[in-house]
Amino acid sequence: MLSYLGRRILQLIPVFLGATLLLYAMVFLRPGDPIAALGGERGLPEATQEAIRAEYNLDKPFIVQYLLFLRGVVTLDFGVDFRGREITEVIANAFPVTMQLALMALVIEAVFGIGFGLIAGLRKGKFFDGTVMVLSLTLIAVPTFVLGFIMQIVVGVNLGWLPVTVGNNPDFVSLLMPAIVLAGTSFAYVLRLTRTSVAENSTADYVRTARARGLGRYQVTTRHVLRNSLIPVVTFIGADLGALMSGSIITEGIFNIHGVGGTLYDAITRGESVTVVAMTTVLVVVYIAANLLVDLLYAALDPRIRYA
Amino acid sequence: MPDNYDDPRGGLATPRPGQEHFVAEVDEGGLGAVDAVKSDSAPSSFWRDAWREMRGRWLFWVSAAIILLVVLVAAFPGWFTSLDPRLDCELTESLGGPEPGHPFGFDKQGCDIYTRTIYGARASVLVGIMSTTMVVLVGAVMGSIAGYYGKWFDTILSRVTDIFFAIPLVLAAIVIMSVTPNRTAFIVALVLALFGWPQIARITRGTVMSVKNNEFVTAARSLGMSRGRILRRHVLPNASAPIIVYATVALGQFIVAEASLSFLGIGLPPSVVSWGGDINQYQQAIRTAPEIILYPAGGLALTVLGFMMMGDVVRDALDPKARKR
Amino acid sequence: MTTQFPVTNAGTGDDGLAPVDPSKPLLEIKDLEISFTTAVGTVNAVRGANITVYPGQSVAIVGESGSGKSTTAAAIIDLLPGTGKVTGGSIVFDGRELVGAPAAENEALRGREIGMVPQDPMSNLNPVWRIGTQVTEALKANGFKGSKAELNERIAAVLNEAGLPDAERRAKQYPHEFSGGMRQRALIGIGLASRPKLLIADEPTSALDVTVQRQILDHLGTMTQDLGTAVLFITHDLGLAAERAEHLVVMFKGRVVESGPAQQILADPQHPYTKRLVAAAPSLASRRIQVAHEGGQAPTELVHRAEGGQTGDVVVARNLTKVFDIRGSLFGGSTEFKAVDDVSFRLGRGKTLALVGESGSGKSTAANMVLGLLEPTSGAVEFDGVDIAGLSPQEAFRFRRRIQPVFQNPYGSLDPMFSIFRSIEEPLELHREGSRKQREKRVRELLDMVSLPASAMRRFPNELSGGQRQRIAIARALALNPEVVVLDEAVSALDVLVQAQILELLGKLQDELGLSYLFITHDLAVVRQIADDVVVMQTGKVVEQATTDEVFDNPQQQYTRDLLAAIPGAGLEGVELAG
Repeated sequence: MLSYLGRRILQLIPVFLGATLLLYAMVFLRPGDPIAALGGERGLPEATQEAIRAEYNLDKPFIVQYLLFLRGVVTLDFGVDFRGREITEVIANAFPVTMQLALMALVIEAVFGIGFGLIAGLRKGKFFDGTVMVLSLTLIAVPTFVLGFIMQIVVGVNLGWLPVTVGNNPDFVSLLMPAIVLAGTSFAYVLRLTRTSVAENSTADYVRTARARGLGRYQVTTRHVLRNSLIPVVTFIGADLGALMSGSIITEGIFNIHGVGGTLYDAITRGESVTVVAMTTVLVVVYIAANLLVDLLYAALDPRIRYA
Repeated sequence: MPDNYDDPRGGLATPRPGQEHFVAEVDEGGLGAVDAVKSDSAPSSFWRDAWREMRGRWLFWVSAAIILLVVLVAAFPGWFTSLDPRLDCELTESLGGPEPGHPFGFDKQGCDIYTRTIYGARASVLVGIMSTTMVVLVGAVMGSIAGYYGKWFDTILSRVTDIFFAIPLVLAAIVIMSVTPNRTAFIVALVLALFGWPQIARITRGTVMSVKNNEFVTAARSLGMSRGRILRRHVLPNASAPIIVYATVALGQFIVAEASLSFLGIGLPPSVVSWGGDINQYQQAIRTAPEIILYPAGGLALTVLGFMMMGDVVRDALDPKARKR
Repeated sequence: MTTQFPVTNAGTGDDGLAPVDPSKPLLEIKDLEISFTTAVGTVNAVRGANITVYPGQSVAIVGESGSGKSTTAAAIIDLLPGTGKVTGGSIVFDGRELVGAPAAENEALRGREIGMVPQDPMSNLNPVWRIGTQVTEALKANGFKGSKAELNERIAAVLNEAGLPDAERRAKQYPHEFSGGMRQRALIGIGLASRPKLLIADEPTSALDVTVQRQILDHLGTMTQDLGTAVLFITHDLGLAAERAEHLVVMFKGRVVESGPAQQILADPQHPYTKRLVAAAPSLASRRIQVAHEGGQAPTELVHRAEGGQTGDVVVARNLTKVFDIRGSLFGGSTEFKAVDDVSFRLGRGKTLALVGESGSGKSTAANMVLGLLEPTSGAVEFDGVDIAGLSPQEAFRFRRRIQPVFQNPYGSLDPMFSIFRSIEEPLELHREGSRKQREKRVRELLDMVSLPASAMRRFPNELSGGQRQRIAIARALALNPEVVVLDEAVSALDVLVQAQILELLGKLQDELGLSYLFITHDLAVVRQIADDVVVMQTGKVVEQATTDEVFDNPQQQYTRDLLAAIPGAGLEGVELAG
């Protein structure tokens, strides 16, 4: 098990390097000068620009810049942003709330997605299945921000059940609506995946054999159909954590949450390139870590690939 | 035979009740020649079978109608409205409700919302089709080369797709669009395609790898057929079904992505009428006139739903598992 | 032969062996009707079937695919797949009517009174649960109540009985750690774990290697004999059925066409279909040929002998060796695997050479090297006196048309996107044979050669049956007038009658066209009917090499003897066969 873990981590290092290099290049090898654009219409004095370039190593060759940046990643020191704040601190402030939001969304999509998907899969071709399938497609078709506004108006304003926005003091209740909105699309995907998987496994030979040896319907459904169907579903849900965190850019904007998405969007609009790269790097790390976790879960769920 | 196994044939002179020798009467139709070819039905190819399966479903007709309508609106907005989405605006009509000739009312600038919704279709459909085309071309070529020829190219492609997969599509698009000065529909499509192709490359690679293990491919090889010709004539046509299904679904996803970028203000510029941009604009009036946001949002959702439903229908029709063998 | 373990009745007393009256039927199926609802309407899968099984008796239902034999068995345990429904008749088990009984009652019957051993051991154990867990399920669902220690003891006993030594360790393993034969033993153990009165064995060994088949069937026979369990075999192999059961039920297209004592049916079949089946079953046919041969007679039917005239060897394989590198993990090294190890054989012009072996014997790898699709690690293949490794690209292309393959899987060997016409025309087109018109004429000719109507050429593979596809594959292989055809398990996936038909066709074509066949198979029974010479392979090496008669009359190696003994019906000594 440990050697498997070690091997997977070793395999992920080139992925991490490639992804961060790609991001770094996208931000710094772009047309136009990020520093010259800083001062707005009039621009900053030449001397100030030079000073900033030196401070952020932008006067050095690209690959040196990247390596210096990597050193920052390893030592968890991303430097300071253009406004003089420690970037590491900015990230540390923003991550907890987004993490909470993403985890809540994850639980919502897992519980409801698997639940409805199981029922639909067991009743494949019936009315419930057809309805759920069309509804799930509709949910995928409605973009997150539209869903967000509809929820705000209906649940927040008209019904008054949940707070419309979150603001500075996020708690479970105020994060509930954003989490539902964030989970929306993924929930539909989890539902559809579970349904397909359940429908397929229901007709598997070993399920029939389990019934032939006298097992009751409930036992067959939980121990054989559902248990085996969870393998691809868990893979999807785990890998979705990274996507949820980056998807929070839109959700956090709508609900006024000061998390990763909000901070990142802020940094993008202000042209804080250093902050953008640092935050996206952390998101990539979360994404890769989530995938590693999925690999381990996968090995736990499917004995065939254990220690493989 | 183990010794303790009773000889089942010995000694049972008279069968027990219910087990007497029974011979059925020969069927009037006779036994028929062994394995005769049926000749009553018309020949049916894979695609004809798929078409027969699809046209029997109402979902197919609904989604086909939606797609047709959306494409018509995008191509010929002038057929659906006589107004101009940008010029025919009267500030005096700002946020005015529906009135004859203006079924959806007016936005903050006093522009006709119906007209803007009609004209907004073009940007979405254009970006969706362009990025899907690019993704399919690049992804299918890369994926089939990797899957069919394997070796070092496959290794490199796998590593490259791993890297692209580590950066979520929307995140990458936001980062790259925010530093792109000149944002046209083509650029947006290009950026989405840049981060969308690995998915289809991976799907194609997997399908091509499973198709190339078929015995008909070995049979073609033993005819002396070249590898390129086998790939074109036998492997790709058989690998096309998942690519088509994915392309239909991806088209919907790209439209959503474009709208998200425009909504964030880093997609298409405000000078281009787009659903995402209009939603962004209308949300500022969400407290006073919340319903107007539903028009561009509805157009967007209907379009995406059309393509997604089509993807579902096509997948069911092309799924080899659901078909007779 | 396997080691036989004493069958213990360990457990908690609830072993389900209530005394039964041996003179009263245990299972009585009367006028059973089963239908499936499909898009095109109702399909009657079983029509008016009557089957009786007495306690402790072995009965076999024999039929081809689509005969309704498995459907009938599924109906007994109320597990009809999909839209299947019993629409008429009755199933009485141990005095109770099962048709229309509440689902809970039928569920209680399953496992406890009626056990099942399924067909494919690879797909019938849930891959995510340990073997022991799956045995536990069977025990607990059928009323086992005991302490943890008693349970573990019982699990070990169940696996031990089924012929799995070291049961305690085995119980902790997962299905993927078992071989096919071991899995089937586990499934037999599970099927008999709660001491049912009836065991339904649905093609219990057809997915296994032939020598393993025999061991498993013997073990199953002994176990059920000792427990007094009645067995209902479902099989396509008449020889196997006659050997293992005292009463046979022959089904065809949903109807029971003939039933009665096994001996009587074999010796004197009455219904035309049964007659055909008795004549065609390879296990019986090969026995008949052997009997005739031993009696000094020339075998009359089905056996094919190439006619003389030509001499010399068309294919010579010299010391063929193929080593595969099995790639390890990213940082692990690779291990070498010798798939074919120093194999030599000669295929005479106009003759048939059979390469016989079980899975993993390297026979298909050897065939691929002969076809020039795989390069030998060492050794050489000579075709008509020329080493094929030394051919220039142009020569290699010309060589291709002289040797063509037909593969096992009738569903994978034709491109589903190509019409039959395109499939058969493709070799002609590729090798620039004639004009389009001439090619079409040739396709008609070829279809006629394989006894298919010309109208079939507009159809697509999915509209044809397995046997028809295989005939198309033969037509395609013959399109370029090859001298050698490599038949890689070409008839193994086909139903008995269709198999006989294809074998006959192959014999006819060999006579007409002077073809040489390299016949790859695991089935010695088929070899008896078609081959002149036999090469027996095991784990990459040649074990024995001789003429077919010599191999059957006087096998030199134990492995060859095992293979011969594995032909079902070999135990039917002294039974007079019709035909």
